[in-house]
Amino acid sequence: MLAPVAPPNTRVDHLLIAEMVAAGSRVLDVGCGDGALLQLLADTKNVDGRGIEVARERVNACVARGLSVIQGDADRDLLDYPDGAFDYAILSLTIQATRQPKTVLENLLRIGRSAIVSFPNFGHWQVRARLTLTGRMPVTENLPDAWYVSPNAHLCTIKDFANLCRVVNARVERAVAFNASGQKLGTWIPLTVHNLMGEKAVFMLTRTSGH
Amino acid sequence: MNTVSPREFLTPTDARVLEQNSPSSDYLDVPATRPLRLDCDRLLAPFRIAYKTYGELNADKSNAILVAHALTGDQYVASENPVTKKPGWWETMVGPGKPIDTDRFFVICPNVLGGCMGSTGPATINALTGKPWGLDFPVITIGDMVDAHVPLIDHLGIDQLFSVVGGSMGGMQVLEWAARHGSRVYTAMPIATAAWHSSQNIAFHEVGRQAVMADPDWRQGRYLELGTEPRNGLAVARMAAHITYLSEEALQRKFGRSLQDLAAKTFSFNADFQVESYLRHQGSTFVDRFDANSYLYITRAIDYFDLAAEHGDVLAGAFKGTTTRFCVISFTSDWLYPTRGSREIVQALNAVAANVSFVEIESDKGHDAFLLEEPELFAAVRGFLNAAAEKRGLKNGPETR
Repeated sequence: MLAPVAPPNTRVDHLLIAEMVAAGSRVLDVGCGDGALLQLLADTKNVDGRGIEVARERVNACVARGLSVIQGDADRDLLDYPDGAFDYAILSLTIQATRQPKTVLENLLRIGRSAIVSFPNFGHWQVRARLTLTGRMPVTENLPDAWYVSPNAHLCTIKDFANLCRVVNARVERAVAFNASGQKLGTWIPLTVHNLMGEKAVFMLTRTSGH
Repeated sequence: MNTVSPREFLTPTDARVLEQNSPSSDYLDVPATRPLRLDCDRLLAPFRIAYKTYGELNADKSNAILVAHALTGDQYVASENPVTKKPGWWETMVGPGKPIDTDRFFVICPNVLGGCMGSTGPATINALTGKPWGLDFPVITIGDMVDAHVPLIDHLGIDQLFSVVGGSMGGMQVLEWAARHGSRVYTAMPIATAAWHSSQNIAFHEVGRQAVMADPDWRQGRYLELGTEPRNGLAVARMAAHITYLSEEALQRKFGRSLQDLAAKTFSFNADFQVESYLRHQGSTFVDRFDANSYLYITRAIDYFDLAAEHGDVLAGAFKGTTTRFCVISFTSDWLYPTRGSREIVQALNAVAANVSFVEIESDKGHDAFLLEEPELFAAVRGFLNAAAEKRGLKNGPETR
C-alpha cells in the first residue's frame, strides 16, 4: 500500500508540524481555519483530530467535510478543556492574532502533553529593513496586511518567542525556522541567525516538571 | 369489497382518536411484565410505542438512526401523515439521497410517550378503566420518553444506534440518550436545543397550558369522555407558541403590516392583518391534529428538563466517559433555544474531552429554521454522518454520491 502523500500545495509549516506529530495521536488544532492541517494529519498520520475555529463559515466547511471542529475562540474556549486531554495542542500561525498569547500558550501546554506553535517571525531581515528604511509598519509577503486591517495583534520575533517559552516554564523540544521557499535553516546555525533569516518558525514545547 | 378505508370518512378528531388507539403505523406493545419506572417514581405498564421505519437495517444492525421528534411532531418524519394527509415533517432532511439518507441508513422515528399518534398518552384508553387516561396519566419527563424508546431498539435487535438526531425537544431526547444510554449511541446530533428549559420558555408554555385549561370545553381534562374538545384554548396555545418559533425579522419579511384581502382597516376585531390570519390558521389546523392533554403533558416534560440538575448541577457530569461523537447545531436567529445554550453543551462536552463538532447556522428564520430549507444545515448533517459512517466502517449507499 502506498503511503498517503500530502497534496502539492501544502503549507510548509503544516508539513513541518506533520513531521513532529506521532501517528495515531490525539490532536487539538486551535485556529484550524479551513481544516487543511487536520485533514493532512488525518490522511498521513491517522490522528484523532479536533479543531477550534473562530470564523463560522470556515467551521461549517470543516464539519461538512467530516472534521470535528467547533466554533470558538482561543482566548476564551481553551479553558473548557481538561488537563492533558490531547497528545498535541497545535496553534499554527494563530498566536500572533490572540489577545492573550501568554495565557493561550499556558493553556496549550496544560491541554496537550506537547504544544506545537508556528508563527511569522517579526525579526526577519526584510521586516527589519522595511521598518528601518521606510519608518512604517512592514507589509511583506509573509505579513500582507496593513496594520489597521491586520488580524495580528501581538507580533513577535523568534527570540521573543523563545523568551516567552522561558517565562511560562516550557521546554523547547524542537525549533525550526524556515524561509519563503520552505527551506529549513540548519540547527547548527545560532538563534540570532535564525531570527534574521527565518520567515516563520515552528516550536514544539512541553511542560517542565512541577509546572 | 370495500377498498376505501373507513378512516377516509372520519372527522379529523375522530381520525386522531382512532390513530391513538389503533395506529396505522407499526407499534410495539411493551408488556406489563416490563414496566417502565418513570422519573416521578410511578410504574407504567403496559404501554405502547408507535413508530415508523424507513430504509433497510443492515446485516450487523449498525446503520440505524433514531430521529427524535419535537413537541408536536410524530413518527411520520418522511411519509404522509394519516391525519393531516401532509408530507412527513422532515422530508427535506430524511429520505433517499437526503442528508439522512434512507438508501444508506435505517431510520426509526417513534412517537413519544405522552403523544397522540399511537404511543401511550393521555388520549389512550386506559385498559383498567376503559376510559381515556386524561389527567390520570402520570407526568412524564424527557428522560422517560427516551427510556420508553429503549425497548423498541431492543425489539429491533439493535445494540448500538449509529446516530440519534433531533431538533428542539428532539434535541433534548438526543442529550438524554447520550447521558442515560451512551454506550448505545455512536453519534448524537442535538439541533436547536438546550440542556435546560429557561424561565422564559417555561413562561410561554404556562401561557399555552392556561389557555387550554381556561377553555370550558376542556372539562378538567375529561373532554374525550364528555364529547367536547377545547379547540379554542388549544388554538390560542398554538398561536402563542408559534410566535416563539419564528423571528421578528422573518415575521416582518413574510407579513409586514399587510392587510388580509382588504383595501383598508375594518375598525373591528376581525383578522385585518395577514399575520393575524396566519396565526389563526396555524391554531385551527393544529387542533385538528393534536390532543390538548398531550400538549399539557409534553410541554410539562420540556419544562422539567434540566440535564445538569440530574447530574449534581454539573452538565459535564451527564457526559462523563462518553465515547459518543457529537455534532451540536444552532441557528443565529433562534431566540427560543439561542446559540449560547448550544455552546453550554459544547463546553460541557469539551470538559470531558468528548469528540464534538459545533456549527452555528446563519438564518433569519428563527427556531423553525431546523425544519426548513437550510443548505448549510444539510451540508453539516451530511458531512458529519458520512465521516462518522466511515469511522464506523459502514459501506456507502447503493451508489456513490
